[in-house]
Amino acid sequence: MMAVTVLAIAVQRNLFSVVVLAGIYSFLMATVLVALDAVDVAMTEASVGAGISTVLLLGALYLCGGEEAKPLARPWLPLAVAAVITGALVYGTLGLPAFSDPSAPIHVHVVPRYLNEALRETGVQNVVTAVLASYRGYDTLGETIVVFTAGAGVIALLRRLRRRGNGEPR
Amino acid sequence: MRRFLVLRVVGKLLIPFMLLFALYVQFHGDFGPGGGFQAGVIGAAVIVFYALIFGLPAARRLVPDAVVESMVGLGVLLYAGVGVAGLVFGGNYLDYFVLGADPVSGQHRGIFWVEAGVAITVSGVMLKIFYMFAGRRRALEDQ
Repeated sequence: MMAVTVLAIAVQRNLFSVVVLAGIYSFLMATVLVALDAVDVAMTEASVGAGISTVLLLGALYLCGGEEAKPLARPWLPLAVAAVITGALVYGTLGLPAFSDPSAPIHVHVVPRYLNEALRETGVQNVVTAVLASYRGYDTLGETIVVFTAGAGVIALLRRLRRRGNGEPR
Repeated sequence: MRRFLVLRVVGKLLIPFMLLFALYVQFHGDFGPGGGFQAGVIGAAVIVFYALIFGLPAARRLVPDAVVESMVGLGVLLYAGVGVAGLVFGGNYLDYFVLGADPVSGQHRGIFWVEAGVAITVSGVMLKIFYMFAGRRRALEDQ
């Protein structure tokens, strides 16, 4: 179903349907994440990917019109590059440990400590929250600052444009 | 969109529950799925929903630009302040163990404030971006 959505996005020329299809894709992705027991990520995907970004993209579309320009160049070279990269990535996945293999390196390093000690050390039942806010506090502080920087960037860019528009008549 | 009665009524019915859900996600993040980021996004989405139904000016009256902009900075300051509080109480930066009477309650308190900081910044940034995009149209028409 996700592959069908992606194909529809690639084929579609009307940007409005592309935005709506992208929202559908996000919801499908969220269901996949629920199936993988990553409820926190699924919640984020559903609210950010399908909710906020769809609204923002629709707002942007309202500003710039809804029809995609016809592609100028022939797609063969980008297609070849994409095919080669896909091949490399698929080849790379062959070297990964099997899905949910308990002896994979990622599951034997710090994960047992998180899973076994998090409740005793932090008193927080949700291990995701414990790791995010406590064990990885610095990372989350960095992420918050990234979000802050994004907001500050948008404010700086758009507000200067508005003031210039008001200042000198064009 | 002021004319659509059904949308207005349903919106008014749903918005309190959506806000409640955002708060639930925020404060129940210790026990169930969720946390600051998700709660912030849901909280911002509530205001975006309100703006879509009742118009941008109404939303701007409800949550003014100054509030949104100070939220953007306030969250980061709150997060960083928790770290500084750890220093003040004699621990390392972002060390929650010293914030409470015993380590576990200190962890609880630290995580609570950190998550609150994340939620404030995230919802402020989301709302600000939405206001900026939605307000562009009017700014362009003014020229």
